[in-house]
Amino acid sequence: MSTALSLRAFEYWRFQYRRTWRGTIVTSILNPLLYLAAMGIGLGTLVKGQRASSLGTNGSYLEFVAPALVATTAFQTGMFEAMYPVMASIKWIKTYVAMLASPLGTRDVLNGHLMWMVLRILQTSAAFLVIGALFGGFPSWDALWCLPIALLLGMAAALPMTAFSAHTQQESSFAAIQRFIIIPTFLFSGTFFPLSKLPLPLELIAWLTPLSHGVALARSAAQGKLELLPTLGHVGYLALWCVVGFWLAHRIYRRRLRP
Amino acid sequence: MALIEAKRLTKRFGDFTAVDGIDVEVSQGEAFGFLGPNGAGKSSTMRMIGCVSPLSEGTLRILDMDAASDGPAIRARLGVVPQEDTLDMELTVRDNMWIYGRYFGIPRSAVKERSERLLDFVQLTDRADSRVEALSGGMKRRLTIARSLISEPEILLLDEPTTGLDPQARHVVWERLFRLKQQGVTLVLTTHYMDEAEQLCDRLVVMDRGRIAAEGSPRALIEAHSTREVVELRFAVDEKVDLGPLQGLAERTEQLPDRVLLYVRDGDSAVAELSRRGIAPQSVLVRRSTLEDVFLHLTGRTLVD
Amino acid sequence: MTVGQHVLVARILPRLPGARGSVGAVVTRDLMAARRNWIVPLSGFFEPLLYLLSLGIGLGSLIGKIPGPGGHLVGYREFVAPALLASSAMNGGIFESANVFFKMKFGKIYDTMLATPIEPIHIALGEILYALMRGVTYSVGFLGVMLALGLIESPWALLALPAAVLIGFGFGACGTAAATYFRTWQDMEWMTLAVLPMFLFSTTFYPLSTYDGWLQGVVRVTPLYQGVALLRELILGPVGLSAVGHAAYFVAMGAVGLALTGRRIKHLLLT
Repeated sequence: MSTALSLRAFEYWRFQYRRTWRGTIVTSILNPLLYLAAMGIGLGTLVKGQRASSLGTNGSYLEFVAPALVATTAFQTGMFEAMYPVMASIKWIKTYVAMLASPLGTRDVLNGHLMWMVLRILQTSAAFLVIGALFGGFPSWDALWCLPIALLLGMAAALPMTAFSAHTQQESSFAAIQRFIIIPTFLFSGTFFPLSKLPLPLELIAWLTPLSHGVALARSAAQGKLELLPTLGHVGYLALWCVVGFWLAHRIYRRRLRP
Repeated sequence: MALIEAKRLTKRFGDFTAVDGIDVEVSQGEAFGFLGPNGAGKSSTMRMIGCVSPLSEGTLRILDMDAASDGPAIRARLGVVPQEDTLDMELTVRDNMWIYGRYFGIPRSAVKERSERLLDFVQLTDRADSRVEALSGGMKRRLTIARSLISEPEILLLDEPTTGLDPQARHVVWERLFRLKQQGVTLVLTTHYMDEAEQLCDRLVVMDRGRIAAEGSPRALIEAHSTREVVELRFAVDEKVDLGPLQGLAERTEQLPDRVLLYVRDGDSAVAELSRRGIAPQSVLVRRSTLEDVFLHLTGRTLVD
Repeated sequence: MTVGQHVLVARILPRLPGARGSVGAVVTRDLMAARRNWIVPLSGFFEPLLYLLSLGIGLGSLIGKIPGPGGHLVGYREFVAPALLASSAMNGGIFESANVFFKMKFGKIYDTMLATPIEPIHIALGEILYALMRGVTYSVGFLGVMLALGLIESPWALLALPAAVLIGFGFGACGTAAATYFRTWQDMEWMTLAVLPMFLFSTTFYPLSTYDGWLQGVVRVTPLYQGVALLRELILGPVGLSAVGHAAYFVAMGAVGLALTGRRIKHLLLT
C-alpha cells in the first residue's frame, strides 16, 4: 500500500529532525516574539487615530499584523523546507537515492517528504499563533481558523518550490529566490499595510502572490469576518498553486530520480 | 649544495610531538620522498618546509634562506601540492591558474602564456573553461599540480600526490611528475604507497611516529632491510597457524592477521621445501621484496591499515 | 620622525610594492568570483530599495509625521530611509563575514593563498578592501535613489557616503573576527540572532522615544542604533557633536575587529 510506503519516507524526516530540532525551536519562538514586539507593538504606537481606522481592526495595529505574520511564517516555512532539504536529498546527502534503493518509489519519496513539510508548517504557524495570542494579537477564538489557512498557504508555497528545487541544479538560485521572491513577497503582501495603499499596478502584481491571499484570509478569519465569495476566491487560488505544484513535483521527481 | 637542510626539525602540538627532531637534506634535481603510514609526521614536515607552519625546534634552511624569517621569499620559489585539493571552486579551471599566478605577483602576460602551456602539460586544455566542481578527482589533482608550477618553482612539494585516485589516474600523475623530474625540478613528496615511492623517488626516508627509521634509495633500503624474495602464505580462516613446521625455512618470518610472510633469497626453492614438509596453505604467492617489507621489518607494522 | 618611526618605515617600505600586489591579488580573486555569482551582490542593492518602497509608501500612508533627530517633524519615508541605509551597510558587512567564514572553512581559499608569498595581513586587508568597494557601490546607489525621491534634507548628506562605508567596515571587521571562532554553519545562526533584533529594535522603524527610560539606554549601546543615529543626523540634520561620537564608535569597532581578524587567521591557518 502506497500510504504505508510514504510513511516510511516520512519516518526518515522525523528521525533526522531529532538532531536539528533545537535550532528550529529557538527560531520558531524567537521570530514571533521579535516581530510581534517590534512591528506589532513598537510600530503600532505610530499607527493611530484617523489613519488607523482604515485597518478594519478597530484601530489596533497589533491585531492587524498578528494574523498576517502567522501567514507569512507558514509561507516562509514552506519555501525553506522545500529548498535546501530537497536539493540536499538529491544532490549532496542523496537521501532520496538511498530511499529509492529500498522498496520505496519516487511517489513515496515525494509524498513522505511532503507530509513532513505539512508537519513543519503546522508547527511554526501554531507557535506563532500561541505567542501572538499571548501578546493579545487575536480578539477571539476565531483565530484558530488561521491554522488550516496557514497550512493551505504553506503548501501553496512548498509544492511549486519542491518542484523547482528538484529541477534546478544550482544552489545559487536559492539565494536569488530568497532575495528576489521571498523578501519582496514579504514586503508587498499586505502584511504591514493594506494593499490598497499601493499604486494600482503594484497592487495588482501583489495579488498574484499566494501570500497576499493567505494574509487576507488569515486576517478576515481572525476578525471573524470570513465572507463566502471572497473566501472561495482566495482558497481556490491557493488550491490552484497546490495542485499545479503537486503535479509538477511528481513529474520532475520521476524524471530526476529515475532517469 | 643542499636545497633543503633540516636539523633536529621538531613540531609539537601541545603535548603531542608530530615530528621528533629529524635531520633531512635534499639536493638539487633530486626526487626525495617521505614514506610512512598516516600520522607518521609527513604532512607536518611538509607544512614546515612549505613555510606555513612554524618550527617548534631545530633549524630549517631552504634555498639558502631561513624558513623562520624568510617565509614569503622562500614560498615565492616553491610549488605546493597539498594533500587535499584546495582549488577555488568558485572559479573556472583557467581562472584558477590565472589567480594563482597573480598571488605570486607574476606579470599578466607571463601568467597567461604559462597557464596555457601548463594546462596542456596536464592534458586539461579542453576543460579550461569548465567549473572546477565538474572535474573528476584525477583532473582536479592534475590541475593542482599545474597550478603549483605556474611560478616555475625550483622545488615542488607534493603531499600524498595520488591518494584517493583510481589506478589509471595515478599512472597519469606519475608520468607527468616523472617528466618534471627529467626537466630538473626538485621533487619532495610524501606517500604511504610503497609503489609510488619506488616509482618516483631517487632517495627516501622511512618515517614512523615522527622519527626517521631508515634512509636511502628504494633499492638500497630493500637490500639492507629485506631479502630478495618473499613467499606469502594464506591459511584457511579458522585454522590456527602453527609456525613450528616453518622453522628454518626463511631468514625471517612475519605473521600478519591474514597471512604469513617468509623472507627468503629464493622463493621457488622455499615453496618446494614447504611441500616436502607437507605444509599445504590455501594459497602461496612468490614475489620480490618491496618497501612495504622494509617498513614492516623496521616498525613491525604495515603501511596501509 | 623619531628613531622608532624611522626603523618602522625602513621595515615597511621595502615590502610595500609586494604588499600592494598581494592585497591586489586578494581583491582580484573576489572580483573574479563575484563575476560568476553576481545575483546575491546585486540583491544587496535592491533589498533596501524594496524596504524603502514598502515601508515608505505603504506603511507611511498609515503614519503621520514623526520627530526627526533635531526634534523637527519629518515624513515617515524620510525617517526610515537613513535607517535602511545603515541596516544595509550592516548586512553588507555581516554578509562579508559569512563569506570569509566560508572561504576559510570550506573553500580553503586562504590555505591556498598562504602557500604563496601572500601573508595573513594581506588577506585581511584585501578582504576588507573588497568589502569596502562593495559597500561604496551599494551606498552610492541607495543615496542616489534617496536624492531622486527628495528624501535628503541636509547638505551634510555628502558625508553619508563615507559614514555608511564606515558603518559597513565596523560591522564587517567585527563580524569577520567573530566568524573566525565559528566551527559549523549552524554557528553562523548566532550572527542572525544578533542581527535580526538589532534590525527590528534599533530605532529603524520608530523613534527612540517609543521605549521606556532604561530600554532607551540598552538600545543606545547597540551598534546599529549608533549607525542609524549617525546617518539620520547627516541626512536630515541638524548635525551635532554626537555625530563624531557615533563615528568614533565605528572606528573603534573596525580597528578592534581588524586586529583580531589578522591574529585569528594567523593562529588558525599557520599552525
